[in-house]
Amino acid sequence: MHSIPGRRIIMTAFLIFLLLPIYWLVNMSFKTNAEIVASMTLWPHAPTLENYKRIFTDESWYSGYIHSLTYVLINTVISIAVALPAAYGFSRYRFLGDKHLFFWLLSNRMAPAAVYALPFFNLYSAINLFDTPWAVALAHCIFNVPLAVWILEGFVSGVPREIDETAFLDGYSFPRFFIKILVPLIASGIGVAAFFCFMFSWVELLLARTLTSVNAKPISAIMTRTVSAAGMDWGLLAAAGVLTIIPGALVIWFVRNYIARGFALGRV
Amino acid sequence: MDKTVNQKAWFLVLPVFLVVAFSAILPLMTVVNYSMQDTFGNNQFFWNGVGWFKELLDPSTDLGGRFLASLGRNLLFSAIILAIEVPLGIVIALSMPRDGWSVAACLVILALPLLIPWNVVGTIWQIFGRPDIGLLGYVLTSLGIDYNYVSNEFDAWATVIVMDVWHWTSLVALLCYAGLKSIPDAYYQAAQIDGASRWAVFKAIQLPKMNRVLLIAVLLRFMDSFMIYTEPFVVTGGGPGNSTTFVSIELVKIALGQFDLGKAAALSLVYNLIILIVCWVFYTVMTNAGNERPAKQGVE
Repeated sequence: MHSIPGRRIIMTAFLIFLLLPIYWLVNMSFKTNAEIVASMTLWPHAPTLENYKRIFTDESWYSGYIHSLTYVLINTVISIAVALPAAYGFSRYRFLGDKHLFFWLLSNRMAPAAVYALPFFNLYSAINLFDTPWAVALAHCIFNVPLAVWILEGFVSGVPREIDETAFLDGYSFPRFFIKILVPLIASGIGVAAFFCFMFSWVELLLARTLTSVNAKPISAIMTRTVSAAGMDWGLLAAAGVLTIIPGALVIWFVRNYIARGFALGRV
Repeated sequence: MDKTVNQKAWFLVLPVFLVVAFSAILPLMTVVNYSMQDTFGNNQFFWNGVGWFKELLDPSTDLGGRFLASLGRNLLFSAIILAIEVPLGIVIALSMPRDGWSVAACLVILALPLLIPWNVVGTIWQIFGRPDIGLLGYVLTSLGIDYNYVSNEFDAWATVIVMDVWHWTSLVALLCYAGLKSIPDAYYQAAQIDGASRWAVFKAIQLPKMNRVLLIAVLLRFMDSFMIYTEPFVVTGGGPGNSTTFVSIELVKIALGQFDLGKAAALSLVYNLIILIVCWVFYTVMTNAGNERPAKQGVE
């Protein structure tokens, strides 16, 4: 009753459609350039780890991964830290301008990065944060903080209000109630929100590229520039691409059971 | 759920307000400032009033022509991908396995494209579509189809659309799946007793239950496709000619390429305004939908 006829075939076909381009990238990353250019092979006939070795031994390559992970982690921590109390506030109380504020936050989640690229460049240069992970982390807050508030508000609303009241009657102070009782109750929600902050900060390139030049340059920007400077090194490009997919795949594995509810922003 | 009025809640919201305001309001003021001025370089600005806005909305000028053309292309693009991704996403959600390890496997694979950096998505499809080294391009060419996304407009569009379907249909599917999961088994049992057809079950039970998540899906997909930049830029660079130059690509060309600050700022404001309006419409519809069935909100 739940599903439709022919669902296995549809699902399989769609999963193959999703995996085929990724397979092709992985396939290429294990080939030498000679093999890539010379012939069309469905699997590497002379598999090589040379491409990966170059990335892991050359600092200009692997530092990109460190840069990317640094600003992604800073951004996730900031977003969750400021969003938690706000989510509680929105969920439990009515206050002056609450609806407008919520809408304003939502509209920032939708703001095009292209609009902010140039003003951000000016702003972060002016306060000497240009080319640091902090600039990118703060810039990504513009869409991640609203998203985190949105998701967490859904989860906090799922916690019955009686629990707050009982805790306060038991003499819990607000901060103690928050940390000891509320946070553990919505732990899965925090996990989901962190996952989304990680995801959107990890995949964004336009702002990350505009706000960095050398010391904080993300891997996805290094990838494009290095390759075009040295001619087309397809195998290396593919290997770098594969390595950018892996952190995402790992994170998905941890949240797989909450992923569906998370994508509904805690609102199902 | 009744909320109590408490103005002190502002203290809870204040950190969010400050962080977002720092990133949103300050830069936006810069944009407003630039949009009213012109410059001959050397940081010398002079007042231009609403000049840029007039030019922007007048298709006969260079700026206006480019803006309106890219806006039209972008709306067409958004309409096409919504028309494909929403029905396809529903079908995929309905095709999810019921239980067992295959559920987790399907979820993980579905989510995979969503976590690939956007320029890597572009790179994947750029490679995949190349006739010399890409599987898709190679197969199409050997089938005798003249496929070349670099020089042919139609092929470029097809590639960008298929890429977007590949990238984002999972989002719609996962949202719908979340909606379907929240339907209690009793509903299906009742339908079975009534002898409802498969289609009736879909129309009377599943679709209404997916209403809310579908709204979110359409909102997110419209917004994200309306500001799409990285993926088509990597694959086609906006070409051939200007055929896949969407609004964001045009804006970055003007702002960071030509450094025409005034024009770029005016375009930014109009762009933002459109997004604000669409956002507001969705928000109103969404809150109204939530108010009609308040009991379901926040309860799994």
